[in-house]
Formats: sequence, structure tokens, C-alpha cells
Amino acid sequence: MRHYLDFERPIAELEGKIEELRKMSEADGLNIAEEVARLTEKSDRQIRATYAKLTPWQKTLVARHPDRPQASDYLTGLLDGFTPLAGDRAFAEDAAVVGGIGRFRGRSVVAIGTEKGTDTESRVRHNFGMARPEGYRKARRLIELAGRFGLPILSFVDTSGAFPGIDAEARGQAEAIARSIEACLQAPVPVVATIIGEGGSGGAIALAAGDAVLMLEHAIYSVISPEGCAAILWKDAAQAPAAAEAMKLTAEDLKRLRLIDAIVGEPLGGAHRDRAATLVAAAEAIAGALAPLLTLDPAALKAQRREKFLEMGREALA
Amino acid sequence: MSWLTEYVRPRIRTLLGRRDVPENLWVQCPACQQMMFHTELEKNLKVCTHCGHHMRAAAEERLRWTFDADAFTRIELPKVPADPLRFRDSQRYSERHRAAREKAHRDDALVVAHGTIGGQRAVVAVMDFEFMAGSMGAAVGEGIVAAAKLAVLQDAPLIVFTASGGARMQEGAVSLMQMPRTTIATLLVKEAGLPFITVLTDPTTGGVTASFAMLGDLQIAEPGALIGFAGVRVIEQTVREKLPEGFQRAEYLFEHGMLDMVVTRTDLAAMLAHVIGLLRVRDLADAA
Ligand SMILES: [Zn+2]
Repeated sequence: MRHYLDFERPIAELEGKIEELRKMSEADGLNIAEEVARLTEKSDRQIRATYAKLTPWQKTLVARHPDRPQASDYLTGLLDGFTPLAGDRAFAEDAAVVGGIGRFRGRSVVAIGTEKGTDTESRVRHNFGMARPEGYRKARRLIELAGRFGLPILSFVDTSGAFPGIDAEARGQAEAIARSIEACLQAPVPVVATIIGEGGSGGAIALAAGDAVLMLEHAIYSVISPEGCAAILWKDAAQAPAAAEAMKLTAEDLKRLRLIDAIVGEPLGGAHRDRAATLVAAAEAIAGALAPLLTLDPAALKAQRREKFLEMGREALA
Repeated sequence: MSWLTEYVRPRIRTLLGRRDVPENLWVQCPACQQMMFHTELEKNLKVCTHCGHHMRAAAEERLRWTFDADAFTRIELPKVPADPLRFRDSQRYSERHRAAREKAHRDDALVVAHGTIGGQRAVVAVMDFEFMAGSMGAAVGEGIVAAAKLAVLQDAPLIVFTASGGARMQEGAVSLMQMPRTTIATLLVKEAGLPFITVLTDPTTGGVTASFAMLGDLQIAEPGALIGFAGVRVIEQTVREKLPEGFQRAEYLFEHGMLDMVVTRTDLAAMLAHVIGLLRVRDLADAA
């Protein structure tokens, strides 16, 4: 059963009709090929029209779509022999951050991501992608491991933000995030970060201070959620669509502001409609971003990475 | 309430009631409600003489209290593009920002100066909570980078007094990018072999805490300062639990291993001079 977003209702209706026709033809042996083809074409047109002009708020909903590929889909789908690694070596294993080693197009890499989970049970286990300090400390550990063995780092960011909890604060959430950002910046190996869904605040940048930052077409990336921004600046969380508009959080906005390097196109109707095609597109983009970085020595790589971040926002953009 | 307070209060009221005595000559402590004469309070660096509560201070006051007398120079900070998102809620960000600039007589929420502390060269950056809640946008980030570069140029330690409500929301992802940018600033100082010291003052939260504030070689806080990543309201909504006593206060962070020390404001300059002297033994050897 496909999960439809509110604004996808016209698509849902057309696809519902097609499904009904198929069932009828199975039961009654009617020839409905022509009618199905006509409706399918209509439905495709509808999807194309809808997705060509998604509002920032609609993109936010797509970015959070429950059927969207999750970080672990990229880890297992893009890497051969992916082997998960665990633990921060200090306090706990935090499943909100997943990571490990594997081969990306024949090359050994370290991959890290924030994982939201796919059903109630796994969402609870991964804490809905909201990491505690242990998650960021585990990420830092894996980044340092990558540095030690000269392995490029691929990160996959999908989080509404770091977990705002008493325990997380007690164990130094802020310090853990700061150190994770520092580790990204200090890595002597290429770091390619991809915002695959929600790039929420400090919890996202903790894994995304990379040489190349890619963003999926319908992903969002900002300093606070539209709901949070609306609650503070509009004093009304229901103003989230207006906040999403004002915050410039779409891939297109971020590219124009030169805060990300490239946009990864999504299949028609969003990543959740064709997960396999999404992974293929992401792999292509990541390989493309990685190639030039592999030619740089560690010092040049780090210097270039720093310069890139230092240049951000210095220039006024029209 | 002691007999003393009972005794003193009515007298203050009579004083305040008199003509010719402007009310603002007397300041009430927000913690213990005691009144203090303004000169007395200022002499004590805005620390309540009754209960020790550390009141919020202006950035200029911090500079005066930290540097050796009259021995510092403020630097002009680099200009950054204002309002990168052309942000608007009920009001335009450009208008809010202009109002804040006019009120504060400065460009944004950071001031940077260099001078001497206990006779030793130092660069000090101070965040101004009065300026849009000390929120960090491109200007603050660029200012921290500038302060770091100045410290390296002057071969001096960098001390940052933090006070921030977090990210400057009106700058969206540009504001978020100040976290790696200020982290790079801390690396510049450290790689030059110079101490990077953070002094966390009330309040320090959000993206500032989760970047340069928590990357100090030494981390000091003022007593009672609120320091954390997530806001109290957000945490309460998420966990639906009562927050523990003293949660996210300087003493709580000290107990949880996040700070080297909690230092009373009146001892702070001396402590900074002391630790800088101890960390920079190479300089002393060179001088000898
Ligand atoms: Zn008091």
C-alpha cells in the first residue's frame, strides 16, 4: 500500500482508479489495456506537474516520506560487503548513527549515516534518527579510523536534529557535535556528505562538514525545522509552511547560496517511488564528487576543505 | 529573609521615593531581589553583593574587566552580506537587524579587542547577548574567524566569552555553516600553538555551544550560567520529564566533565592571566 502525501491526492485518485480497473479485469476478463494506458499517462502527467513545482513545505513532507530510502539503504545498497561497526568506546552504542566499512565501486571506504528506521520497532531502536552524544562520538571514531587507513568517508544525513534529552545534555551533546564537526574538518581523507532526506541543524552538520556536500533533489537542509522556526518567529508552529518558504531550505536554494556542491536528481515523483533508481543516481553523483578528491594529498585536501567553508556566505548573491 | 533585609528594604524605598534620586541608581538583583547602589554593583563587576548572582553584562564591560586597565584596542570586524536569505517573518530581517544595530551601536553580536591580560598579550572576543539574543549568523562567524587570525598574527591566546541563544534563524543554513567555520577558527589558533580559552557566560546554547564554545583548550564558566545544546522547553516537550535541579547550569556541566572550572567574575581576569602564563612556558623561556 503506497503512502500518499496530502498534496498527492489527485495522483492517489488516478492510481486508485488504475488499480481498480486491474482488479476488475482480473475478475471479469475485460480488456482494459487501453483505458489503463490512458489513465497511466494522465497520472504520470499529474505526478510530473505536481513534482515540478513543489513548495518548500511540500518538499519538507517529501524529505520526511516514510518510504524514502534511509541511510542504511544507502550503506547496504551502495557498498559491497558492508560491515557495520558499533560503539563509541566510552558509554554506549547509539543506533541513531549507523556506520561501517565496505567497498564503494571497488574502493574501501568508511560510510556513516543517521538512520531514522522503517517501522515502529526500528524507528524506536534508531530513536527516529536523533542521535545522542554517543552517536556523534561513534561517528568521530569512524572518521578517525578512516583517516588512519586512508579510506574515503561517505556520509548520509537524514535527521530532524540531535536528540534533545536530559541524558544527551548530561553527557555533553554540544561537545560531541562540536568534536564530530572538527573530526570531519580534520580528516586526512576525502569526505563526501549527502543530505538524503532531512538535514536538521547541528545534528546534520556534525556529519556534513565535507569536501563535497551533495543534496537529493527533494531533501531539505537548515538550521532548525520549519515547525521550530515557526514556533519561535511566528509564535505558531502551524505557520511551518510559511517558515519553510522563508528559510530557503531546498536543494535549489542551498545550491544557489553555494552552501552545497551538487544536487542529485530524484526519480519522477520522488525517491520513495523508485528507491533503486535513487540509489543509482546517488552512487553516480558520489563517485563523480569523489574522483577529483582522490588525487589530492591530505594537506591539500584539508586546506581546500577549510577554504571552501571559510568562503561560504562571504559573497553577496543575487 | 534575614532581619537585615527586613531592615534595609524600607529604607531603600524611602530613598527611592525621594526626589532628585533617579530610580535607576538602584539596581535590584533578579535572584535575591536585594537592592544595590549602582556604583557598588559596578565595583563588584555586576555580581550581587548579597547572594553572588552574576548579572548579565555588556560586551564593553567584559573587555574592561578582562584586560589590564586601558590596555586594549577594539578591532573593526569584516563586513558580511546582510540578510543572505532576504528573510521575512512578521517583519523583514533586514529591518530587525537595523533596529538591533541602532540600539546596540554596533554591527552585530560580537566585539573583538586585543591588549594585555596580566601583562601578557591576548585577543578577546565577546558575544553580546543584547544583540538579537547573541545569535550566530555570518557576522558573528566571520568575527570569530577574524579574532582567530588576529590571535595568530599577534602570537597571542584567543579568549572567547560566549553568550548566545543559538543560531540566527533568519540566516537559515548560512547560520548553520558558522558551526564548521568557527570550528576552523579554533583550529587556526591551536595549530599555531596558542591557547584557545572559552569563558561560557549566561546563557550559552545551541549552535554556539555545539561548535567553538566546547572546543576550548580550557573551558571556564561563570557561576550559575545556563549552558546547553537544546533549549529547556524543547527538552521538556520531548521527554515529558521534570528537569533535574540545576540542569544545564555551569555547576551541572562542571560535574558532568564539560568544564575545567567555574570561576567567579571578580576572579576571572586573574585566573585568565594565571593560566595563560602557565600554558605559555615557551614564551617565558624565550623572554628569559
Ligand atoms: Zn542577589
